[in-house]
Amino acid sequence: MPQAIQLRGVTKQFLTPAGGVYTALRDLDMAVQPGEFCAVVGPTGCGKSTTLALISGLEPATEGEVELFGKPVAGIASGIGYVFQADAVFPWKTVLENVAAGPRYHGASNREARLQARDWIARVGLAGFEDRYPYQLSGGMRKRVALAQSLINGPRVLLMDEPFSALDVQTRSLMENELLGLWSSTSASVVFVTHDLEEAISLSDRVFVITAAPGTIKSNYVVDLPRPRNVAEIRFQPRFVEIYEEIWKDLRDEVLVSYERQKRSGAA
Amino acid sequence: MRDARRRRITVQALRLLAAVVWLGSWELTTRLGWVDKFFFSQPSEIVQKIWYWITQGTELGPLWDQVLTTMEETAGGFVVGALLGIVIGVALGRNHLLSDVLGPYVKAANAIPRVVLGALFAISLGLDIKSKIATAAILVFFVVFFNAFQGAREVDRNLIANARILGADNRRLTTEIVVPSALSWIIASLHTSFGLALVGAVVGELFGATAGVGELIYSAEQNFDAAGVFAGMFLLAAIALVAEALITALENRLIRWRPQVITETRI
Repeated sequence: MPQAIQLRGVTKQFLTPAGGVYTALRDLDMAVQPGEFCAVVGPTGCGKSTTLALISGLEPATEGEVELFGKPVAGIASGIGYVFQADAVFPWKTVLENVAAGPRYHGASNREARLQARDWIARVGLAGFEDRYPYQLSGGMRKRVALAQSLINGPRVLLMDEPFSALDVQTRSLMENELLGLWSSTSASVVFVTHDLEEAISLSDRVFVITAAPGTIKSNYVVDLPRPRNVAEIRFQPRFVEIYEEIWKDLRDEVLVSYERQKRSGAA
Repeated sequence: MRDARRRRITVQALRLLAAVVWLGSWELTTRLGWVDKFFFSQPSEIVQKIWYWITQGTELGPLWDQVLTTMEETAGGFVVGALLGIVIGVALGRNHLLSDVLGPYVKAANAIPRVVLGALFAISLGLDIKSKIATAAILVFFVVFFNAFQGAREVDRNLIANARILGADNRRLTTEIVVPSALSWIIASLHTSFGLALVGAVVGELFGATAGVGELIYSAEQNFDAAGVFAGMFLLAAIALVAEALITALENRLIRWRPQVITETRI
């Protein structure tokens, strides 16, 4: 059985506007099993988002191999869902049209796509809001639209780039619980990028720690907390605290390295 | 709510006052002989002139025919220029190779005072409606083109990435993401470019025509009839105002998805 996601010796370099080369990721190895919920944590600017772009095929790797279910990624891979950090729902489409976009792009008839979309809108708790435009919704509701928009395509791999970072704390833990509920009814592998270690542990089966740039995997930890979980309460469990302390020791060093660098480049 | 109502009434009253002051002082100064009526005419004469045109017809035939001719030329040029501008602007905005190749030529073409092309069109297309539509279209084209181009370039990268992940092919990316996103830019340009279409039509008529408001102005000028020139101008202004209202209605229909911005300066 191949891994759902496999990165081997992946390096990603960008050309900077000044003409230099910036290495975002260096020699990164990472594997995610089918159906596994993984979180990726690391200091700001360590290449977490770049990792997702490579897995999705939005960006090619400079070196190394990226594989999904044993097949090398070339261009946008099929069977991928991607929830972006910023709002990426289409502002000129209603909720219904936004969610129905995926099936329509895959060749479903308008009627069929709308039927499926209504079902998913209900599942993310937005029934009754089908005809609203995104500007008429709250930030949390727009995230629900984005979730439905991604999940309706039945992705085998769901990539999430700090999806809840812009939400207030209450909405956030509500959305986290909903995400776990929706995910448990699918068999998708999830890669959830976040800078928040608490969020990472409470959601996932495994946490990858990425080093300060150029990013590479520093360590990975299995989170053996039982499911189903209540995100709002799980952080009070002793085992949660243990895991947190263990990972934090690793993460703290990287955050400090990154912080020192930012201070220096800020002073220069 | 009541404050808003009172404000609206105040604005309307002040607007009326401004018109009365402006027209009144014009009428008064020309009547008193401070300003030469021969060159600057006066409001009462202009009104008489328009009334005469309506009731007796103009030297070119019934007034309505002249207005209709100019409106046809303007609308034709506007539609042709805007459509070409949108299609070519979006195409170049989407295709970097094409825009890199054609970029300098477009800039050069834009630097020419395009109104003079009206003379060329009068020669090549003849004195009928075609040459006026061409002149109006070329003026409209560049404004709409640059806005469509810029709009197509400035589409949010996240939206493009999202659509591609969701499975959109290139055609869908253009029709469902790029064009709607560029639409705010394009519509903004339609407001200014309608005025230019009117300029194109009138200039086209000046280069030679048998009918139209521009031709009416031209023949009034030949007769040293200042009232006729002003009367023509007021007709053109009226046409522009009606068109502006139509474009605003179109805008509200097309960009329903945009939050209603509360503007203080809405005119």
